[in-house]
Amino acid sequence: MSSVVAERPGQVRKVRRRLTGLWFTVPFLLVFVFVFIAPLAYTIWLSLFQTKLIGGTSFVGADNFVAVFQDPKFWEGLGRVSLFLLVQVPVMLAMALVAALVIDSARLHGIRFFRIAMFLPYAVPSVAAVLMWGFMYGERFGLVGNLNGWLGTDFSVLSQQWLLVGIGNIVTWSFMGYNMLILYSSLKAISPELYEAAALDGAGQLRIVRNIKLPAVQGSIVVAVIFSIIGSFQLFNEPNIMQKLVPNLISTYYTPNMYAYNLSFTGQQVNYAAALAIIMGVVTAVIAYVVQLRGNREALK
Amino acid sequence: MSGDVSTHAGTTASTTSAGTLASPSGTRTTGASRAKGRQGVAPGYEHLRPDRHIHRSVALTVVMIFFAIYCLLPLYWLVVNSTKDYGSLLSSSGLWFGDSFQLFANIGEVLTRKDGIFVRWFLNTIIYVVVGAGGATLLATLGGYGMAKFSFPGKKSVFAVILGAIAIPGTALAVPTFLMFSSLGLTNTMLSVIIPALVSPFGFYLMWIFAQESVPTEVLEAARVDGSSEIRTFATISVRMMAPGIVTVLLFAVVATWNNYFLPLIMLRSESLYPLPLGLQAWNLEATGVQASPIYHLVITASLLTIIPIVVAFLSLQRFWQNGLSAGSVKA
Repeated sequence: MSSVVAERPGQVRKVRRRLTGLWFTVPFLLVFVFVFIAPLAYTIWLSLFQTKLIGGTSFVGADNFVAVFQDPKFWEGLGRVSLFLLVQVPVMLAMALVAALVIDSARLHGIRFFRIAMFLPYAVPSVAAVLMWGFMYGERFGLVGNLNGWLGTDFSVLSQQWLLVGIGNIVTWSFMGYNMLILYSSLKAISPELYEAAALDGAGQLRIVRNIKLPAVQGSIVVAVIFSIIGSFQLFNEPNIMQKLVPNLISTYYTPNMYAYNLSFTGQQVNYAAALAIIMGVVTAVIAYVVQLRGNREALK
Repeated sequence: MSGDVSTHAGTTASTTSAGTLASPSGTRTTGASRAKGRQGVAPGYEHLRPDRHIHRSVALTVVMIFFAIYCLLPLYWLVVNSTKDYGSLLSSSGLWFGDSFQLFANIGEVLTRKDGIFVRWFLNTIIYVVVGAGGATLLATLGGYGMAKFSFPGKKSVFAVILGAIAIPGTALAVPTFLMFSSLGLTNTMLSVIIPALVSPFGFYLMWIFAQESVPTEVLEAARVDGSSEIRTFATISVRMMAPGIVTVLLFAVVATWNNYFLPLIMLRSESLYPLPLGLQAWNLEATGVQASPIYHLVITASLLTIIPIVVAFLSLQRFWQNGLSAGSVKA
């Protein structure tokens, strides 16, 4: 009898404590539902309908999705961001990795300066970054103009064949330092004992890099690759701002994200844009998932 | 590419003598003199080198100088060209200063143009950053702490949903968010920019890891035994322990909000509600096109003024974010 009485307050406290964690998390979850889950559900809902000038809104099932898959403008944009992804992301991450390894080797002067100098571009708003590089690309008073003057050439970044490279350069410039810092932090986390063991074995720097450092950063590289994939497929700010500089070179469907934006805000085709957004979300998630699986399998080897 | 440089690391590191400012010719020293150099340090002078094993390398320094030039060149260009008026911007070389120093005249013009709309944009940005990024950090800290230090029903599914949300392109949701907000009458208000900024799944995830690593469960148990309420324990003890993590998440939320372009672009119509990036782009549009006004020099100066506060924040808080990032990335 007395034991039951003694038990109850303890249980009440336990239940209350089980709920405290929830109370801490609830404010975040409420806003999260409002700005993530609700729009997501709304997008799916929208994508299943079609609005016509005559006849109003009607349920069309998967029609919008079928139409997106048959839309050459969608494929052109997707092809462009895929190309961008395959070239820009490896270049940027290779540069970030080299810089991280160099800084981690501690074999140079001014490490603090280099670390902060490389990270600074991350803090620059994308609008300002595009404006700066856009001006520098310009032939009138930009750096490219100067170079052409010195070399007697008439090279132009703001041309059909070089524009994507120019955009890739801006993105690389903005995010290289950020990725460098992430890779550098995981290099820092390597246990000193591993280096001591390597020194005892007489391993050279090259072997230490290959056998200790590269495996150690693999997890971080997978994370960086995933974030870069998401970033590439979402490519919007840079081409959208650049478009005003070179309106005839950047179409309204230059990237899928620009296409979705222009469809819904100037084309009034909200339902179609919703289907496009969902397809891009699924494509991104699937690729990110595959990269993660492969990355983890490699890490287990 | 990485193999290339690590080869350099292997060769130059062993050929330059330790700790000294090696000149390019120093890399060609023979094996004998190298060995001599290494052993030739008198025992009493070893304290002059912080770490005997580190051999500074010219080649690696050169590699990093290239990186630094690449990263700093546009910023240098911006500083140089914000000192020019419109005329000398077009006539002088982009890499060096013009004939006259117009920086302060330009700043004056930026701040007073169109009844000081730039100042308005600046204050708007401050509001978005303080409420948006501040709120995001608060929600992420509370939530991450709740996830790390308590168990509650449904915790596993919260974990799965948040991780999934990190992978969802934020911009994919922008259009539906706009439509939803528009039916609620929220578009073209400050709230339409602030509310979406309040949620950062990645910040939530980072805070969760920080809380797990920095707040020992024994401390919480001890506080409970002392009769402290959970919220008091959180506010007085846990927050202090999580401080470096909180500053990191705050700083990244501040950058994200300060630099936010896409969301305000969709949500806002009135120029008087614009944050700085949108304002910059508005001036840039004014400077281009058929009826362009001659204000490129103002766009450049305004860009510089936009960048300065955020760069200063980063530089002054680097101790925090550098440690904070490492804690996050080790787990990731």
